[in-house]
Amino acid sequence: MQYLVSVIDDKSNPGSTDRQPAISAFNERLIADGYWVFAGGLADTTTATVIDNRGEQAVFSDGPFVESKEYLVGVWVWEAPDLDVALKLATEASKVCDRKIEVRPFQ
Amino acid sequence: MSDVEEAVTRVHHEEWARVVAALTRRFGDLDIAEEAAAEAFATAVERWRADGVPPNPGAWLTTTANHKAIDRIRRENKRDDKHKEAQMVYDDDPPEPLGAIGDDRLRLIFTCCHPALAMESRLALTLRMVGGLTMPEIARAFLVAESAMGQRITRAKAKIKAARIPYRVPSAEDLPARVSGVLAVLFLVFNEGYLATGPDTDPVRHDLTAEAIRLTRLIRELMPADGEVAGLLALMLLIEARHPARVSAGGELVALDEQDRGAWDAALIAEGHRLVRERLAAAAAGVAPGRYQILAAINAVHTSARDVRDTDWSQVVALYGQLVRLDPSPIIALNRAIAVAELDGPEVALAAVDRLEDKLAGYHAYHATRADLLRRLGQSQQSRAAYDKAIELAGNTAETAYLTRRRDQLR
Repeated sequence: MQYLVSVIDDKSNPGSTDRQPAISAFNERLIADGYWVFAGGLADTTTATVIDNRGEQAVFSDGPFVESKEYLVGVWVWEAPDLDVALKLATEASKVCDRKIEVRPFQ
Repeated sequence: MSDVEEAVTRVHHEEWARVVAALTRRFGDLDIAEEAAAEAFATAVERWRADGVPPNPGAWLTTTANHKAIDRIRRENKRDDKHKEAQMVYDDDPPEPLGAIGDDRLRLIFTCCHPALAMESRLALTLRMVGGLTMPEIARAFLVAESAMGQRITRAKAKIKAARIPYRVPSAEDLPARVSGVLAVLFLVFNEGYLATGPDTDPVRHDLTAEAIRLTRLIRELMPADGEVAGLLALMLLIEARHPARVSAGGELVALDEQDRGAWDAALIAEGHRLVRERLAAAAAGVAPGRYQILAAINAVHTSARDVRDTDWSQVVALYGQLVRLDPSPIIALNRAIAVAELDGPEVALAAVDRLEDKLAGYHAYHATRADLLRRLGQSQQSRAAYDKAIELAGNTAETAYLTRRRDQLR
């Protein structure tokens, strides 16, 4: 079972910025234990572009699709046998990243 | 009630969770298990009336429910040819006897009380899947519309399936936290029964307290070595024992110090005291008691006093002190202050209660406690204001009646 693991930051109360070494070490472990599928940190939400081509012409707009205090700073994709395993890893990930984590299964 | 109906009701209590649990393990789907179990019980009512109650009703129900589930899967497979009937497992063997920790019902309980589900979903799912209550019964229990309750349960089942919440007893390392999650669900069910909220409901919902006790007994049977399970069962029994004296003929809540102790249920008290003694022996052997065990011990002090004047208040205060160290919540501190009033007087207690204002200003019991202490200190005007606030916030009809009388008796 694959889970999308979102790392969530909060503009009014951001997590600490010195987490990279800890995250790298955690990633090494995820790979060694066979959970790691994909990981990536994201650039600031202001760098996002939304494209809507449902109408006659594609419309590009600057910025994220939804403005909110909380936003996505990075994602993982994990392969885990069940939600308990994913939640246990996510509990660690939240400490490692110093941020909230959302775990959501792929269909 | 006819003999057959009585037999079905009894077997429903004894076997429902076992049937649902066995089917869930076999078919890996709570929805199929629930529906097949419900159909099997409906069939039992018809068939047993005609043919008599079978010698082993539990096995009869499990077999019938298995067939119902297979029928449903076949029907769905016909509609959806992506699935092959060949994938289905046929297994008419009776379930193997398993040790307590391997009991399917325990798996079912841990799945229904999973921390990834919203608390209200855990309550509803546990009452439906483990308790066997019907949707209308659960909807009535929590005063929500049946459609809303149905949706809540459907959504929870869908999440269990889609997010793959496992059907498993947690590992030893996670067990204490997960057991405490299960006990929290059962204690909430009990409390909603013991102090029911809402203007149109009975002040004490005996159906809910009885169900909570029944399910806690089941967990006790499955996990006899767990101290907190024993503690919660003892706590519920000792509170339930006072139920006959708790509401007056006029529908008013009767405070502990005014209850007719002769009306208390001696058998429940004896059972509760036995459990508390068992846990005291464990504590003496060095096993630190958890919050339910301490709460049970506090209640045992009360139920040991034949007259309220015989209550060992220093013991109650000491136990609350132990509880505060374990769980420094303001509600525990409030209850400790109530005991302190009996030991050191209302003035000392009031000072302790007033320190909790920031955290408890929206809690009716905070104002009710202040009102009572102020009344005992002769400060009628302030007491009246506190009673007004408590009445405004209280949700239980019998409690409101009690508080109103107390307020109106102020000089």
